[in-house]
Amino acid sequence: MNPSDPPRLSGADLRLAYDDRVITDGLSVDIPDGVITAIVGANACGKSTLLRALARLLKPHRGRVLLDGHEIHSIKTKEVARRLGLLPQSPIAPEGITVGDLVARGRSPHQKLLQQWSEADESAVVAALTATNTIELADRAVDELSGGQRQRVWIAMALAQETPILLLDEPTTFLDIAHQIEVLDLVADLNERRAATVVMVLHDLNQACRYAHHVIAMNGGAVAAAGAPHDVITAELVRDVFGLECIVVDDPVSGTPMVVPSARRSQRYGRVRRHAAATS
Amino acid sequence: MSLALQRSRSPITGRVVRTRRISVRLDGRAIGLSGVLAAAIVAIGCWSISVGDFPIPISEVVRAVFATASDDAEFIVQTLRLPRVLTAIMVGAAFAISGGIFQSLANNPLASPDIVGFNSGAALGAVFMIVLVEGAGSLEVSFGAIVGGVGTAVLVYVFAYKRGVHGYRLILVGIGIGFAVSAVVNYLITRAQIYEAQRAAVWLTGSLNGRGWEHVRPVGFGLLVLVPIAAVLARRLRLLELGPDTAAALGVRVGRARLGLVLVGIALAALATASAGPIAFIALVSPPIARRLVRSPGFTLVPTALVGALLTVTADLVARRIMAPTELPVGIATAVIGAPYLLWLLTREIRTGAM
Repeated sequence: MNPSDPPRLSGADLRLAYDDRVITDGLSVDIPDGVITAIVGANACGKSTLLRALARLLKPHRGRVLLDGHEIHSIKTKEVARRLGLLPQSPIAPEGITVGDLVARGRSPHQKLLQQWSEADESAVVAALTATNTIELADRAVDELSGGQRQRVWIAMALAQETPILLLDEPTTFLDIAHQIEVLDLVADLNERRAATVVMVLHDLNQACRYAHHVIAMNGGAVAAAGAPHDVITAELVRDVFGLECIVVDDPVSGTPMVVPSARRSQRYGRVRRHAAATS
Repeated sequence: MSLALQRSRSPITGRVVRTRRISVRLDGRAIGLSGVLAAAIVAIGCWSISVGDFPIPISEVVRAVFATASDDAEFIVQTLRLPRVLTAIMVGAAFAISGGIFQSLANNPLASPDIVGFNSGAALGAVFMIVLVEGAGSLEVSFGAIVGGVGTAVLVYVFAYKRGVHGYRLILVGIGIGFAVSAVVNYLITRAQIYEAQRAAVWLTGSLNGRGWEHVRPVGFGLLVLVPIAAVLARRLRLLELGPDTAAALGVRVGRARLGLVLVGIALAALATASAGPIAFIALVSPPIARRLVRSPGFTLVPTALVGALLTVTADLVARRIMAPTELPVGIATAVIGAPYLLWLLTREIRTGAM
């Protein structure tokens, strides 16, 4: 694809609000195709709201979200669901549902009343279960799984939808660090193997820098900076967006930017170290 | 045309029947169970027709249903007992589907029309007619029940609505409005003459006494219209069970689907209440029983409807015979089953911290 082509998904001059509470005004974003984009920012800066607007869950009061050149609200819901998948922050698994049946529900946008289970449905579900390494769990009930397994199952459901664009709202919350990395590795694999466009809201800046090709940093409902992690994540930006003094070094493993908070209370760290030395 | 019946090695439960154009997912357990339930309904129904002050042997019952028995038996079966049993079956199915829709929509086992104020509203409408409108017949009472029930449901929905309807909000608002409405019902009864008060009391418990073909026809017609709509909407309901955002992401128009489901749920409850009064707990207990039996998560239309029908027809038989020759209203029998379940449900919800 020619890089000068407009991206498949973008938002222009968005005013997003819940009832009368305006979250963001005049916001414009481009989501580059075929790469992973991370949206980062402090709590309540409008990250999830932006993702909801991009996913067609929230109708902008002004401005428009464009999907393949068309206003997203003018496209039929089911058609949007064939192009754009979403994993919300806290999806609900019905009591006792099996992994296979839950992932199978991701096929709904491709099904009709009398076309409930085609061979394409079957192969998409098997592929999604295989990609997320959950195929052995297919007969297990979702409520019996660990948090990390459950998150992989939800990602499998979104994968079974087979959309070229995938939006993930904080896919790593409530997971311990090993499971966070497992989920992010999975997302990176998908992006590489399927050339999927991925947009995810993340809290951890270092993870965002490691896994995303493109970072959108938001502050108070506006885009503070957008671009490659090296260009965006600087000590200055972290101070502006999070109000945190830090230094940015190269991640010793990946070479991507890594945010290390400054020692605002250096005596305290000394005390912690002394305590550790005394008790060991 | 080749018909491939596949044994499921596939990741999903159930079987898939596929022709060139059509593919359908079938849950073998649900189908088998539905067969068993249907047979049980027929058996209990025939038993219910055969017993009474004028016992009719089962063989005679079957002949009388097809109008080839003796005149006496035929009169009793065709005019008195068959329509009663049919009303019980259909009313039970309607309550059960309605309960299943509301429970799935609110994602909460407490959200059934008897808990969220609908039945209180129907009671208000019916008692208003019985007490304040002179010479009100069963048609007027039914009309009052529908207006009262639907009116209260709309009121609950409006108060509970805040960017969508959430389970506990709906239930708490429903219980609150339900109490307020019940207070008005009690006030009306204190104002009533003794005969009216008695009639109101029977109606309020829910009774199938004296139900004839004039009750069978409207319920039957209503079900013919509403059940197919419910069946189509049930697919969206199963996606809504994943939460509104996930459902929308999977191509469901959430607002429209919810509104359609609420309307069908209310219409079914209204239909059933208008015919037999607010028979308690059928709507509450049938969906979870069906779910346990089928071992499938979420709402399954046919098993839920059949469980409701079986419970109601059985409860009516028990209520008629337990203190024979005195016939108790069916609502007393359903309350005996339903009240302990409700208590269990509440203690469980409190223990798990959901409430």
